[in-house]
Amino acid sequence: MSQQGYVAAPPYSQAQPGMGGYQGGFGTGPAQPLYGHYGGPPQAFSAPPTGMMKSPVSSAVGMPPPPVSSQYNPNVQQNGAHPQRYPAPPAASAAYGQPLQAPYNSMGSAAPPPAQQLTNQMGAMNLGNYASGPMQSPPPPPTNSVAQQPFQISPPPAMGQPQMPPGLQSPHMSPQMSPPQSPPATMPMAGPPMAGSQMAGPPMAGSQMAGPPMAGSQMAGPPMAGMGRPFPGPPPGPGGFQQLGPGAAGPPGYPQQGGQFGGQMAGPQTGMPGAFPGAPGGLAGPPQKKLDPDSIPSTTQVIEDDQVKHGGQVYSTNVRGQVPPLVTTDFTVQDQGNASPRFMRCTTYSLPCTADLAKQCQVPLATIIKPFATLPKNETPLYVVNHGETGPIRCNRCKAYMCPYMQFIDGGRRFQCGFCNCVNEVPVFYFQHLDHMGRRVDLYERPELSLGSYEFIATMEYCKNNKRPNPPAYIFMIDVSYNNIKSGLVRLICDELKTLLENLPREEGAESSAIKVGFVTYNKILHFYNVKSALAQPQMMVVSDTAEMFVPLLDGFLVNYQESRAVISNLLDQIPDMFADTNESETVFAPVIQAGVEAFKAAECSGKLFIFHSSMPTAEAPGKLKNRDDKKLVNTEKEKTLFQPQKGVYEQLSKDCVAQGCCVDLFLFPSQYVDLATMADVPSHTGGSVYKYNNFQVETDGEHFLRELRKDVQKNIGFDAIMRVRTSTGFRATDFFGAIHMNNTTDIEMAAVDCEKALTVELKHDDTLSEETGALMQCALLYTTINGERRLRIHNLSLNCSLQLSELYKSCETDSLINFFAKSAYRAILNQPLKNVKEILVNQTAHMLACYRKNCASPSAASQLILPDAMKVFPVYMNSLMKTAPLVGSTELSTDDRAHQRLSVMGMGVEDTQLLLYPRLIPLHNTDVSSEAPPAPLRCSEERLTDSGMFLLENGHSMFLWLGQASPPDLIQNILNLPSLAHLQGHMCALPELDNPLSKKIRSIITGLLEKRPNSMKLQIVRQKDKPELLFRQFLVEDKGLHGGASYMDFLCYVHREIRQLLT
Amino acid sequence: MATYQEFIQQNEDRDGVRFSWNLWPSSRLEATRLVVPVSCLFTPLKERPDLPPVQYEPVLCSRANCKAVLNPLCQVDFRAKIWACNFCFQRNPFPPSYAGISEVNQPAELMPQFSTIEYIVQRGPPTPLIFLYVVDTCLEEEDLQALKESLQMSLSLLPPNALVGLITFGRMVQVHELSCEGIAKSYVFRGTKDLSAKQIQEMLGLTKPAASGQQGRPPAPQDAAASCRFLQPVHRVDMNLTDLLGELQRDPWPVPQGKRPLRSTGVALSVAVGLLEGTFPNTGARVMLFIGGPPTQGPGMVVGDELKTPIRSWHDIQKDNARHLKKATKYYEAMANRSAVNGHSIDIYACALDQTGLLEMKCLSNLTGGHIVMGDSFNTSLFKQTFQRVFSKDYNGDFRMAFGSVMEVKTSRELKVCGAIGPCVSLNSKGSCVSENEMGVGGTSQWKVCSLNPSTTLGMYFEVVNQHNAPVPQGGRGVIQFVTQYQHSNTQRRIRVSTIARNWADAQSQIQHIESSFDQEAAAVLMARLGVFRAESEEGPDVLRWLDRQLIRLCQKFGQFNKDDPTSFKLSESLSLYPQFMFHLRRSPFLQVFNNSPDESSYYRHHFVRQDLTQSLIMVQPILYSYSFYGPPEPVLLDSSSILPDRILLMDTFFQLVIYHGETIAQWRKAGYQEMAEYENFKQLLQAPLDDAQEILQTRFPMPRYVDTEHGGSQARFLLSKVNPSQTHNNLYAWGQETGAPILTDDVSLQVFMDHLKKLAVSSSA
Repeated sequence: MSQQGYVAAPPYSQAQPGMGGYQGGFGTGPAQPLYGHYGGPPQAFSAPPTGMMKSPVSSAVGMPPPPVSSQYNPNVQQNGAHPQRYPAPPAASAAYGQPLQAPYNSMGSAAPPPAQQLTNQMGAMNLGNYASGPMQSPPPPPTNSVAQQPFQISPPPAMGQPQMPPGLQSPHMSPQMSPPQSPPATMPMAGPPMAGSQMAGPPMAGSQMAGPPMAGSQMAGPPMAGMGRPFPGPPPGPGGFQQLGPGAAGPPGYPQQGGQFGGQMAGPQTGMPGAFPGAPGGLAGPPQKKLDPDSIPSTTQVIEDDQVKHGGQVYSTNVRGQVPPLVTTDFTVQDQGNASPRFMRCTTYSLPCTADLAKQCQVPLATIIKPFATLPKNETPLYVVNHGETGPIRCNRCKAYMCPYMQFIDGGRRFQCGFCNCVNEVPVFYFQHLDHMGRRVDLYERPELSLGSYEFIATMEYCKNNKRPNPPAYIFMIDVSYNNIKSGLVRLICDELKTLLENLPREEGAESSAIKVGFVTYNKILHFYNVKSALAQPQMMVVSDTAEMFVPLLDGFLVNYQESRAVISNLLDQIPDMFADTNESETVFAPVIQAGVEAFKAAECSGKLFIFHSSMPTAEAPGKLKNRDDKKLVNTEKEKTLFQPQKGVYEQLSKDCVAQGCCVDLFLFPSQYVDLATMADVPSHTGGSVYKYNNFQVETDGEHFLRELRKDVQKNIGFDAIMRVRTSTGFRATDFFGAIHMNNTTDIEMAAVDCEKALTVELKHDDTLSEETGALMQCALLYTTINGERRLRIHNLSLNCSLQLSELYKSCETDSLINFFAKSAYRAILNQPLKNVKEILVNQTAHMLACYRKNCASPSAASQLILPDAMKVFPVYMNSLMKTAPLVGSTELSTDDRAHQRLSVMGMGVEDTQLLLYPRLIPLHNTDVSSEAPPAPLRCSEERLTDSGMFLLENGHSMFLWLGQASPPDLIQNILNLPSLAHLQGHMCALPELDNPLSKKIRSIITGLLEKRPNSMKLQIVRQKDKPELLFRQFLVEDKGLHGGASYMDFLCYVHREIRQLLT
Repeated sequence: MATYQEFIQQNEDRDGVRFSWNLWPSSRLEATRLVVPVSCLFTPLKERPDLPPVQYEPVLCSRANCKAVLNPLCQVDFRAKIWACNFCFQRNPFPPSYAGISEVNQPAELMPQFSTIEYIVQRGPPTPLIFLYVVDTCLEEEDLQALKESLQMSLSLLPPNALVGLITFGRMVQVHELSCEGIAKSYVFRGTKDLSAKQIQEMLGLTKPAASGQQGRPPAPQDAAASCRFLQPVHRVDMNLTDLLGELQRDPWPVPQGKRPLRSTGVALSVAVGLLEGTFPNTGARVMLFIGGPPTQGPGMVVGDELKTPIRSWHDIQKDNARHLKKATKYYEAMANRSAVNGHSIDIYACALDQTGLLEMKCLSNLTGGHIVMGDSFNTSLFKQTFQRVFSKDYNGDFRMAFGSVMEVKTSRELKVCGAIGPCVSLNSKGSCVSENEMGVGGTSQWKVCSLNPSTTLGMYFEVVNQHNAPVPQGGRGVIQFVTQYQHSNTQRRIRVSTIARNWADAQSQIQHIESSFDQEAAAVLMARLGVFRAESEEGPDVLRWLDRQLIRLCQKFGQFNKDDPTSFKLSESLSLYPQFMFHLRRSPFLQVFNNSPDESSYYRHHFVRQDLTQSLIMVQPILYSYSFYGPPEPVLLDSSSILPDRILLMDTFFQLVIYHGETIAQWRKAGYQEMAEYENFKQLLQAPLDDAQEILQTRFPMPRYVDTEHGGSQARFLLSKVNPSQTHNNLYAWGQETGAPILTDDVSLQVFMDHLKKLAVSSSA
């Protein structure tokens, strides 16, 4: 099964044969058509614009415009938006221009340079240029590739008119088709304004645009700066590139990156071919050995650029298929008809129109949905819509929920479903007249007609057994066997719970949480507690019948904390003492979960179990496990068995849990192998999380654990959820990855889903998609709130469709892609040998890139590595992924840790996988104490470390403070309050609170990170050259892996070689 | 020696024994012809305030398969210091401690008045009494409250060192740990799962864990207390348990409309039995089960939880329509046997308006000597006082209860024991004195009676061994020795030995003697026990037919008549009442199930087979006293003709105590004459039966249902159903006469019964 998911994307075997095909298609296909559109009818433009249109909506500014709209309208899905969208093309163009520019600026400036360097060096290496290298563009005038286009554009301009660059985009768009060639090239872009738009995307902010009319001017303006430099770059053309100049030239600090944008455009197409070859060649010889690591695409740079471009801006979701800012970028979302990227992200925002195209490029089509994503304070929480007793209005045929994609017709009496085109009657109570634009008059009063995300109040039909659900409950199940008692964990938990329970999540505005709480302790038997408020003392009820677990009491087990506070507090005081003398070291596990399920069943509610468990459950009971950790299996065909859960009890248990809406969070405190693959099976199917603290010690891990526990308990969460992803005709959701359970092929069941859980949905073609109507997705999640209300959360997203692969490559999202790859690879290892999986990953990487090269990039020497701008840093992530513990067949890694990582990734969202695969390395030694922002992260490579430096590295799960051997004593004193590094000993797990600016600053950075990340991290302080440093080093993902795995550079070379093979 | 009456009385007083025949026929054939077997009612612990126990061990016959106890009937050679066993004729030397023995210095056991003697023996450390309360919590609030109070009260009645335990159940079964400080702790069992004793003990943590070889662990603190975490001395947990009982809540699981509460009686008992089995085997213990309804789930379930399915009736059972009956009965039987093996007895206190499943559960008490008490509610004085009376004390301040007794019967060679009927189980001890012919619980010479009280009476049945051609020689005496070992309520081990002898008589030549030695009361009860015993396994009509046949045969044997002339039929004085007993027995609830629920039948039979002769006779033929202005209170015939308007009747059926005011008396009372000073005598008349009733209530266990009714009252049915229907609507011939009250029934009257009996007895064809 998993295989399918994974392999499916591009059937490997076929790939090669396909290649031939590609080329063919390639040459002509993409490029030409584009042109055609281009020159010909402005239509090309128009179409795209439609998508764009939306933005205006928000701004609403003056767009009232023109009739044009009308024309477009038809296709357009969004009723509401239309008017605005339609804004006259010109406007659009203008807009575009601007947006572009903006990006450009940064881009421009930055981009060019890097690209060049890269190209050069790469060339040397035989690698082609990266897309990034804007520089390149100039030379080879626009060819086909979309991404490149921008650049291409520039080139031409460059050629002809230096200024062009800035204008590049703008020009393209609107007016000047004129530039002969370039135009065409650009055109595609334009056509798909999308492309442009994407870039532009940001610009979207209609408002801004507005101002711009100046397209030209603005462009000029901003671009200016950039322009100036970039241009220079380009102009120089081939030769010029090599000169890192661009980089240098690049305005401020961007040097390396070479604006992504710039890069995209320029790099690929042009530069490469001509100039590079030469250059590279030349360089090739010498530089090979000392390839400048700076020359290969840098993730940190890409991130930084995007932050500069979009940081702090408002991102409106009114445009179909626009590529959102990176997950690392700090931006504000304004919902204008599509779900916020916080909720849904796609691997590409422009789907290929046909299955063939999709197959050809092998870029996986997937969307990553995080239905409960936390919204920043400044974004509006979801509106709740109530359609009354009849429940939410839905399409009769496909059951899609009312959304902006429903087209009202017939004077408002009927509506046509945007997903299946079925025409439905509008219920009387919902009737509303249409305005002259065909939009409902109440469009803006109804979230379900104007927003991408909103909630419906669910009616009784949506409730289990036709009964309103009860508020959920949290049950704390504490293993009180010898280990946990001895380590002091039990006392720690009990003490913490007293305060933690005061802060249970509650509905906004509610006085106290509706969540009930219950307590169980266990070793090889279970103890339930009656904590009814009426009791003077809690009562313990022991259940020893672990073979057939049941809940011994109903009344008094799950209680309102506020009401029973005294009894609970009494209980929590007594638990550690009651078991203080315990001698019991055996534990059970499955019965503990079973008990939770039974409790929820009896109380007719859903909820979550917090299980604090110490050891492998070896006591005689269902789900008893035995040690099956066999390092000999590593790197053999049978390695997969290490990741597979043991069959039987746990499988059924997962089903029971999901059926009851019982989510399991497992906190593990093992001192040895516990068969995590099996123990985490239930959590990983019920939307739960698994936390693991090896050799737990209260002093060193206590705080870390408590932070995590607090976060977990307080998480925003929904229970007993069932989700469905509906799509417009032509494609559908085929595979699902996440902490979920699937009973059939369409319903995604989750016992609970919290704000950190994301699931990745793979999409496949059923049929041909239309460029005009694009592709629509609606994710509907039925769940129970923490208050016990039944709700439907709807997320809508519209994507573009294109016959041009270039469009696809342009609107790819590396972070999403890698999320998909990580999950599919992690699933695949359950069934295939690691070797195969890794091969597939590399092959597919090469394939995707080769396809781009073949179809989208301008012709260039085979020795050049040309990367689509949007995937510029994809290889580094891919390489990092292959070096992750699950995929590294090393006997030095603990089987449990590998299994743990494998499972935790399955539920991760894009942010998490991004961070996990490319940790932040932050230099602290020269922190600017006065600045607000933390220091810019560095690339994860040993080369970036300095002997006298101090670095903070975190990936969302681990955090290291690395201290160089030669760290100045005053630094050590200021931070650690130690006279010298040599005095550092034992396990310091937090920085002392010192009263000096640096210490404060650093601690605030750390605290900030801890708060921001979904998990807490344990701070580990390592000295350079100390043994623990090894741990740290494995996170330097650009370097060679500690347990095997290539360095970024090597990987890139390898991929390039593969690509070349594919291309020949 | 005076009359047989006196002899019988004397024997009963001294040895607690009543024989059907006080002269024994000398051959098997003759014995068979006597119809009523040689048998006796034996009350092992008959209260003998005049009998101080001796503080030494009994002297036993040294023959391995005899081991009879030295008794007054043994021949003793004082000079040789040798005694001859009167069962096996083994000559045994006296033990050294008897060195000083002589004709004038005899140990008590040789003196004739000590044909019954009690020894206190030292056997291991004394074990405290154990009381394990098993409490149903599926009760109405009011009932539960009353029950809780009764239980709390009972704690004060227990000796301080007695161990108590508490198990509560409803949908789940909770075993409460009593030792812990702080948090109240209980072990919970699913009410639907049948667990083996081993599993239960494991789950309760009672099994000794295998020595854990774990290193670095502090050694387990000696959990000597572990085994008795659930059973603690009253004085230690008094407060704790009182609180615990006070906090007992009704079963918290919701009971949907139209359903019965889920009651896991079966598992609760299983846990109780398993707990005791694991912790205190072979120690006196009472499991006291309090139920307010039938078991509705799990093993031992008697009825489903659907209210629309009523609990089985006799009708259902006869139609083989009682789904759970067999399974449940089997389950409880198995449990009763386990419990009996360990010497633990099980009491059932069932208080509910509907049936509670006593039919299925009766064996729990029947086999273990436990009590069954049936009432309408725990909140009635019937239950409260009965329960209190369980803990009544004797003149020494000891509980009137004994535990774990083993009763052994030894017979001289001419006799064999066929069986016993009473609250006992066979110990399967085969010996030379065990007959192959079983009557009651047979095939053994030893029975276990897990719990005894001074009135517990067993019916023992014997047969004469000698063949007709080799009768027992005249002049000899047959001897029977009952050896009852038991744990006295003060925890002493005791042995009571009763040795009884009767003369042999040749039935041919001495038939009159034999006839006059007939104890018709004892015989009636003994035959009734046989009948009831049969009724448990046979169809009702078959039993009646058997009884009738026996009666007819007896009448043929001893009646004086001319063939085929019913009017000539006469019975001697010693048999004259017997047919009447049989008449009432036939009508009694012990053999008639009509109008009784299966539970009631079980309840009545339970008590019938364990009460002493007097009580048993009352059950067979209730006593009726009449109060009037015409004279002092007098017993009157249990006949409808005794129901007169100007009388007050007091009827004692053992289970009910009915005061019935005749029509006129009732009117007077209604008019309030008793309030008027000038009718003081009327007030006294009204008061007299109340006082007498009170006296009966004082001593009766279980408390009878007390009914105060009057002519025409609905409760008068209790009286009307018992009296001999000499006048019915069918033969109402005496208008205007003082004839009593007609009974609306088709039952035959005693007169008709007797007529038929005579006819059959004299019939030559019968």
